[in-house]
Amino acid sequence: MKYVDEFRDGEKARALAEQIRKEADPARRYHLMEFCGGHTHAIFRYGIPGLLPENVRLIHGPGCPVCVLPIGRLDMAIALARRPEVILCTYGDMLRVPGSGRESLMKVRAEGTDVRMLYSPADALKIAQQNPDKEVVFFAIGFETTTPPTALVIDQAAKLGLKNFSVFCNHVLTPAAMHAILNTPEADSGALELDGFIGPAHVSTVIGSAPYEPFPQQYKRPVVIAGFEPLDVLQAILMLIRQLNDGRCEVENEFIRAVSREGNLKAQAAVSRVLELRASFEWRGLGAIPESALQIRSEYAEFDAEKRFGVEQLHGRENKACECPSILRGVKNPRDCVLFGDPCTPDNPLGSCMVSSEGACAAYYSYGRFSEGRIPAEELRA
Amino acid sequence: MCLAIPVRIEALIDAERALADIGGVRKEINIALVDDLSVGDYVILHVGYALNKLDPEEAARTLALFEELGQLQEAYDEAQAGEGGA
Ligand code: SF4
Repeated sequence: MKYVDEFRDGEKARALAEQIRKEADPARRYHLMEFCGGHTHAIFRYGIPGLLPENVRLIHGPGCPVCVLPIGRLDMAIALARRPEVILCTYGDMLRVPGSGRESLMKVRAEGTDVRMLYSPADALKIAQQNPDKEVVFFAIGFETTTPPTALVIDQAAKLGLKNFSVFCNHVLTPAAMHAILNTPEADSGALELDGFIGPAHVSTVIGSAPYEPFPQQYKRPVVIAGFEPLDVLQAILMLIRQLNDGRCEVENEFIRAVSREGNLKAQAAVSRVLELRASFEWRGLGAIPESALQIRSEYAEFDAEKRFGVEQLHGRENKACECPSILRGVKNPRDCVLFGDPCTPDNPLGSCMVSSEGACAAYYSYGRFSEGRIPAEELRA
Repeated sequence: MCLAIPVRIEALIDAERALADIGGVRKEINIALVDDLSVGDYVILHVGYALNKLDPEEAARTLALFEELGQLQEAYDEAQAGEGGA
């Protein structure tokens, strides 16, 4: 595939890894957070931790929408699915996430409710048109990448005059979560070791690179936006190491083939026509973050499932032994969880980080064998 | 679930729809979020929607950077080997 294969070349990956070893100062440590779950997945899939020297550490961030959705919101979706008139549509991963008391949409579906998996939100409109006697609710989750399609679908439903379609909106914002990570008690106490961010690829195609500019300025943390292929990630790591070595602190863009400073203005306009900032939204692991999520504007209120069904705000019961909240704050690793691998596995997830392939626990579980051992420099050269 | 892939535009249907080559299969995608697309352009496709156009020149520039690094590495390896042999 063009624009994919060239960025997976093993030979060049080794050259980049070697360059990282040459430039990483053995006298210091580099703690780099990949914010986005797409990067977490790529990093494990391609064994990137094994290519890095001991003093370059990757920390997995909260950029996995399935992982950060609080249990209460999932419980609300389950309550919606249980209404006899409702067909609840959502992305595949959401079906397996455990809610309070280990209920999930999959289990609720087995009870005979109508829960459907979507590839595209446009399919939810079709389902609404095909089922005029039912209420079709699209359970929308995701960061800025997934938000513009949701906005378009709501707009289209309005144009079509659909009376049986609504959206349970759970769209969240990347920069708000990055601020939150740098303002946790662990960040204040110094327990969070974090020297710089690998910025998201596809989120940034939409929002551009400008929204990251406060992080170097306010928090002295450099940001390098990176594509999702292994060479992109290695190059971004090298760029971060260079910034830290030089004492520079700025936003750099490795993914220039798809990200500009201003982003996709047309997509941003589509989003702000239909959606607006929520005063506050609860995140798993990070708690309530002001202005960190979007809600449907009052002009489109009839398409807002929360209003249409008067959905009660639920708070949910966390599985106490699950370490997802600390993992999402960047202060724990999946291996710190006593449930990891036994009994918690991708087939039997006990927490949200084990569900999506972008979750840190699922990535560790599926590709964990690469994550521990570091490849010695001599072998890398061979 | 945030996964998105680069796909090639094969034909434009109207201002909001196009056909794209997805793993060898032609599928209809929504292009309402991206302006000025032509056949042959590559876009990043996510949940059925084109999110942005890929810039072939910038992609080539990034690849050239890796190329350069590879050559440096080769030269370095040769120099090392030369030293070792002396
Ligand atoms: S291994 Fe399972 S229970 Fe433990 S933190 Fe990860 S998702 Fe939660």
